[in-house]
Amino acid sequence: MKILVTIKRVVDYNVRVRVKPDGSGVETEGVKMSINPFDEIALEEALRIKERGEADEVIVASIGGSEVQQQLRTGLAMGADRAIHVETDQPVQPLTAARTLLKLVEKEAPGIVFLGKQAIDDDCNQTGQMLAALWGRPQATFASRVELADGKATVTREVDAGLEVNEVDLPAVMTSDLRLNEPRFVKLPDIMKAKRKPLETIALADLGVEPAADLVATAYEPPPRRGGGKMVESVAELVGELKNKGLL
Amino acid sequence: MAKVLIIGEHDGQNLNPATAKTVQGASGLGIDAVDLVLFGADLDAVAAQAGALAGVQRVLTVTHDDFSHPLAARIAPEIAAMADDYSHILTGSTTLGKDLLPRAAALIGVNQVSDIMEVIDERTFKRPIYAGNAIVTVQVPEGGPVVGTIRTASFAAVGEGGSAETVAVDPRAEDPGHTRFVRVEGGGGDGPDLASADVVVSGGRALGSSDNFAVIYSLARKMGAAVGASRAAVDAGYVPNELQVGQTGKIIAPDLYFAIGISGAIQHLTGIKDAGTIVAINKDAEAPIFEIADFGLVGDLFEIVPELEKAL
Ligand SMILES: Cc1cc2nc3c(=O)[nH]c(=O)nc-3n(C[C@H](O)[C@H](O)[C@H](O)COP(=O)(O)OP(=O)(O)OC[C@H]3O[C@@H](n4cnc5c(N)ncnc54)[C@H](O)[C@@H]3O)c2cc1C
Repeated sequence: MKILVTIKRVVDYNVRVRVKPDGSGVETEGVKMSINPFDEIALEEALRIKERGEADEVIVASIGGSEVQQQLRTGLAMGADRAIHVETDQPVQPLTAARTLLKLVEKEAPGIVFLGKQAIDDDCNQTGQMLAALWGRPQATFASRVELADGKATVTREVDAGLEVNEVDLPAVMTSDLRLNEPRFVKLPDIMKAKRKPLETIALADLGVEPAADLVATAYEPPPRRGGGKMVESVAELVGELKNKGLL
Repeated sequence: MAKVLIIGEHDGQNLNPATAKTVQGASGLGIDAVDLVLFGADLDAVAAQAGALAGVQRVLTVTHDDFSHPLAARIAPEIAAMADDYSHILTGSTTLGKDLLPRAAALIGVNQVSDIMEVIDERTFKRPIYAGNAIVTVQVPEGGPVVGTIRTASFAAVGEGGSAETVAVDPRAEDPGHTRFVRVEGGGGDGPDLASADVVVSGGRALGSSDNFAVIYSLARKMGAAVGASRAAVDAGYVPNELQVGQTGKIIAPDLYFAIGISGAIQHLTGIKDAGTIVAINKDAEAPIFEIADFGLVGDLFEIVPELEKAL
């Protein structure tokens, strides 16, 4: 069984993102970029499944400009067997991403497609569900535990009410939540080894993807700031303040 | 044709508060024709609650045993089959909404607007990106319905007083048979619901153990508050995952929020920005949580929290 893992290049989660003064976007110039943390978790899970002998090959795929090859190389250094770079210089929204991934799925016939539950740049939380819909296969989103047996997966999902367990037939789409695992650190020799692993580039235009009508971003603004607070010196003062505001 | 379809969420007995907030969010569209659809095995109780929501014209009930537990793979095709009759298809940005609606959007063939926090006009919305560090205004192109989740923390619940008619509708899709509900674990604690509570008391990594979290539970009980937590506290196993507040947990808007032993990482702050009043208790005077707190108290939580409980 093959596992296809998607990787998005995003602004690192430690960066405090700022809106450009003219409101035309957010500042990404010279900012540290990383694998979307949820995708890293998805990849770690795929690698563990392979290491348990339940999969033969882990493929990482990313859509974007040539710079996404950096993140694909990191994925290869973590342990993926090969990488697919779908090249485009245009930003890709979830429906187009899902249609693109479907083309890769048709080509590779994976047993599992593993995505992060959301990308921490656009925070959309859509692509995995969309791919599952277009593929006509199950989706097990927000996974915190995955067990495979007999062509089925039992997936524990983090939901508002607690944990929900679903059983899905494979092939299926899964999306990772934070507590699925802790991704491994990449070691230097693995980075060297990753340079020799296969990385295939396909132009998005050559895949015959039907373009989706994108949402049009017309303005960016910083979030409303909360008014300045006040330090209190004691519990009594805190209780007094809360009573003044009618909160107690 | 301007007509709104809202997908209601419920547990078989009670309508989820997210649904009344979604109706409020939809009211900003200025469209009077609002249908609320419910999927379930037995919908009498929740249909009555949904029909009472102000602003809902019709409640559509789709009753079938397949819907005794909501599964995206089963319900999304139902929504797609109804889509032609609507200009807008909305639901709350709960975990169910996030799971279900993108699947329906893809079948309909449109992108989804996630986490709508403000309605500008019928096809223009504001939504948060980058963990709430930026707000983007997006326009939905013509050529399909607007499909979106409503960020429930941005809207109050609509009141009651509506008298919608209830219309039974037959399912139009089949069970794809590849996805099965097994069970739900945990949840159902005794306190108020975290997502809709007026007061929330949250603890962070500083609590150090699940036993120590008792001080948080005790203060919460005294205040009639819900308990929340940072990711670090959940990861460490002090409390269950459904208590996580933040970018990837619950986004909440209580009147009063206590952040106790929580440093104030951006991913946590994005979950509480809409709180009325934020109180921070932290032993580090430099902790970023104090930058957004309305009231800050520096000190050891294990001394302060019991003292605060006594003072109430
Ligand atoms: C992709 C991604 C998503 C994330 N999503 C979320 C999310 O949804 N929600 C979330 O919360 N985090 C999230 N995080 C994690 C976030 O970045 C922080 O790591 C986390 O919020 C830290 O939790 P904390 O404040 O409890 O712990 P810490 O940052 O370790 O802070 C502990 C605080 O306790 C104080 N303290 C220690 N002892 C005491 C004492 N005795 N009395 C008083 N104060 C004391 C310390 O001064 C410190 O400020 C996410 C991270 C990533 C990468």
